[in-house]
Amino acid sequence: MNSLYTYLFIAALLFSLGIFGVFQRRSLIGMLIAIELMLNAASINFMAFNRFLAPDPIVGQIYTLFIMGIAAAEAAIALSIIVALFRRLRSIDIERAQELRG
Amino acid sequence: MNSVQSLIQPHLLAQAGFAAVIALTFAGALIAVFPRNIIYNILGLIVCLTGVAGLFVYLGSPFIALMQLLIYVGAICISIIFAIMLSRPLHLSIPKRRLPKVGLAAGVGAAVFIMLAGIVSRTSWQPAASRSSDWSVTTLGHYLLTRYDLVFEAISLVLLVAILGAIVISGYARRRPS
Repeated sequence: MNSLYTYLFIAALLFSLGIFGVFQRRSLIGMLIAIELMLNAASINFMAFNRFLAPDPIVGQIYTLFIMGIAAAEAAIALSIIVALFRRLRSIDIERAQELRG
Repeated sequence: MNSVQSLIQPHLLAQAGFAAVIALTFAGALIAVFPRNIIYNILGLIVCLTGVAGLFVYLGSPFIALMQLLIYVGAICISIIFAIMLSRPLHLSIPKRRLPKVGLAAGVGAAVFIMLAGIVSRTSWQPAASRSSDWSVTTLGHYLLTRYDLVFEAISLVLLVAILGAIVISGYARRRPS
């Protein structure tokens, strides 16, 4: 039960749920939540390969830490863009952000 | 007392815990994606990330599990909760998504899952020939400050720029009349 394939399938399922969420949601915060799900799927993959395959079990943990750092930076930028967009449009609905359309 | 101890076998307990962690992860992920009410989504994300932290414990790294709780649940989710205050008021009815669009999104998600599952099950994963068994946090710290020093500094720079950029972006929109 506790094998490499279990973790890889869990990560694949989480990743496709995240993709589904990104395509399906209209609220920008909902899309951000789905993107966090996808990043977590990537972390699970790194940790699983680290546990079962890698020659050095430190490297995968370091990569997972870096993914967390990148996710924190991404969340800060995305939330500030959402705040700016809300001040302009009074809404965070992605389908109302159409100002670039000619 | 003796019979109770023989009932609770560590092996079975570990398997039950593993199943519980997987169930927590997927229940959280489903709540994070499907309900249209945004506050349920963020609570589901918190549940899902806690489940992923449990998976990290089962993968042999309690340190990364604690970092997951600290950074994801403690920092990222809380800042998203602050942003939820911008969302539409919760008592208003939320418009439904049109069914063809949800169907298309589900189709794309299913296609990605089938592709990933095919790749995972058709590859024969070979463990490395010689595997070190050094899992200690001390070694992790040594690696971070020696071999991965450049990436470590680059991440610090990226975080600094991201925070400054966040301040500039949200402040710029305030000064500008719309």
